Amino acid sequence: MVGAPIAPHPAAIAPKETFVLNLGPQHPATHGVLRIKMTMDGEYVDRAEPVCGYIHRMHEKMGENRTYAQFLPNTGRIDYLSAMHYTHAFVSVVERAAGIQVPPRAEFIRVITSELNRISSHLVWWGAFLLDLGGFTPLLYAFEDRERILDLLEGITGARLTYCYYRFGGLCNDVDDTFLEGTRQFIAKMRPRLKMYRALVTDNIILRKRLIGIGPISAELCRRYGATGPVLRGSGVTYDVRKAEPYSVYPELEFDVPTFPEGDSMARYLVRMEELAQSLRIIEQALGKLPSGPVMAEKVPRVLKLPAGDFCFAVEAARGRFMVRVVSDNKEVPYRVKLRTPCLSNLSLFEEASRGLFLADALALLGSLDLVIPDIDR
Amino acid sequence: MNALASNAAAFLDAEPWRLLVWLAALLGFVALNAAYLVWVERKSAGRFQRRPGPTEVGPAGLLQPVADGLKLMAKQLVVPAGADSALFRAAPLMVIAPVLMGLAVIPFGRGLAALDLNVGLLMIFALGSINVMAIMLGAWASRNKYSLMAAGRMVSQNIAYEIPMLLVVTTMAMVTGTLDLNQIVAQQAGAFWHWNLFRLWVNPLMPVTFLIYYACMLAETNRAPFDMAEAESELVAGAYTEYAGMGFGVFFMAEYANIVLGCSLATVLFLGGWHSPFGLLPGLAWFLLKMYFLVFSVIWVRWTFPRTQFYVLLNLSWKILIPVSLLTLILSAAIIKIPKALS
Repeated sequence: MVGAPIAPHPAAIAPKETFVLNLGPQHPATHGVLRIKMTMDGEYVDRAEPVCGYIHRMHEKMGENRTYAQFLPNTGRIDYLSAMHYTHAFVSVVERAAGIQVPPRAEFIRVITSELNRISSHLVWWGAFLLDLGGFTPLLYAFEDRERILDLLEGITGARLTYCYYRFGGLCNDVDDTFLEGTRQFIAKMRPRLKMYRALVTDNIILRKRLIGIGPISAELCRRYGATGPVLRGSGVTYDVRKAEPYSVYPELEFDVPTFPEGDSMARYLVRMEELAQSLRIIEQALGKLPSGPVMAEKVPRVLKLPAGDFCFAVEAARGRFMVRVVSDNKEVPYRVKLRTPCLSNLSLFEEASRGLFLADALALLGSLDLVIPDIDR
Repeated sequence: MNALASNAAAFLDAEPWRLLVWLAALLGFVALNAAYLVWVERKSAGRFQRRPGPTEVGPAGLLQPVADGLKLMAKQLVVPAGADSALFRAAPLMVIAPVLMGLAVIPFGRGLAALDLNVGLLMIFALGSINVMAIMLGAWASRNKYSLMAAGRMVSQNIAYEIPMLLVVTTMAMVTGTLDLNQIVAQQAGAFWHWNLFRLWVNPLMPVTFLIYYACMLAETNRAPFDMAEAESELVAGAYTEYAGMGFGVFFMAEYANIVLGCSLATVLFLGGWHSPFGLLPGLAWFLLKMYFLVFSVIWVRWTFPRTQFYVLLNLSWKILIPVSLLTLILSAAIIKIPKALS
């Protein structure tokens, strides 16, 4: 009873009288330089038009002007919150094209670090999303947990955010016992934390009122705009690149693809919360199965020249399907690099999905899409 | 010497001077509260979030409010182009003035009130309504869409929550039979089960009344989870978006002063005012203790819950709080009147 709007949409009673509300590029709810031109009908959103390009950095063009090795660090900066997945896609497309065999130990470590990165990325989203909803405290809790991951990854990669740990043919260096032991401890610490988050935040009545039934996105809408990742899985489609186009050693590991059919903001929230648990499960298995051996393929040429052709590789990044397409004409520098980033597609459906929502609900929907603005603009 | 002292006391007790002294004291009280409640809020928010809060300025960050105040005062008061300059400047004053006047009738201890008014309760609510209009004026004068939306929200929110609050206060007036705050407190003399909140034999609905009052107080003071006027993740800074420097500072002070007023009134109405539960300490100390306990709970709520949506907030008032408080009013009337009619 409390959840339903108090009055019918004003358009039902009187002719529309709208005004334009310029949300961003500096606005607390857009988490970056995203601008949304909102045509408002009182508190209702009549039309929300995203304006992109404020942080366009020409990553694709940079890729076409550099050797593969030179472009590799760029990939970690497209979506700075899930750098591991993005470098994974780029090294894999090059490995696929050049026919480089990656040693199994390296693949397992890639999975472990990727999943750690997924957890840290989801934690940032969780905190920021609750900040959007007006809850301040969870952010600090999320960052406390994330800090542990950053410390672990810093130990092996030397970086805390924009990792460039994966190299063509393997990894730049092997993991040490500190990392392995630390990761095990992290899993043991994180599981009770997830339970606490469930009790403190997910089951909170105000949060449930704000998310359940708000901003529904249908599977059909997702398909039309190419939305992927938790947004798509929150609309009831069990699509995960790790299962649909298996890569690395994911087929050897057991995990579920959390899917919720409701399509509302709560479904997207629950997908990500469930993914945190699934990622822990994957890491635990990968740690158990971690083989010994080298972490770098032998005979990777110093200057890579991919054979002429058109190569693709997709990974499941924290926000959805990230695909790199490289067109090579047998030179040191690719002819074309195309980056298919999840956030642009996920944002595109916002205009249609937010129509007729209240401003507060539209912003909850925007937050539930988990956008990283540099990933939209590239 | 004694004669001089008694002369001075008599002089200070005379009407205009007594009021001036009280005015200065209340101003000091409000300013000190606003400054140090910010510190308390930041410190406790820090604790809730597992961080230390302010530590740098002074011991345990105790001078932080001074630094903040100096910073705010040093800033230019920018009046945006196209704004209504006069209203824009007047709004912060109109926000803080009614709160100060409201505090004048609060009995902080036995006989410790600036104005011993026999309709004190009425006066607080009459003045309390000005606050909303002042914020609305400030927002309207800002010529900013975010401010305007916040103002619209605020007005509907305050109208929605003033009704259950007044119904609850009417219930309390019926139970106590007076609008004089001094008398309301005097009735609650004795151990804590004589406090209105626990006087279930007089009216078993007292705890419900208190809960409704508390929820309405949160909404009336624009505190989370009902902080629609600010709602920084939606409306930037809401009604205060265009305010800089001390203009914003005064709004901020008024917010804390309103919390203090709301909690003081709750202490008077429900928690026995200056009465001590077991006789230790002077009355003023007990009053402040009870009031600050409520203030702390308000801070606690803010740092624990996310914000509600605007329409949920309105629905909560119109569909739940108003019917419940109306029912409480009718039942209380019946509880008071029926035994009398029967006997």
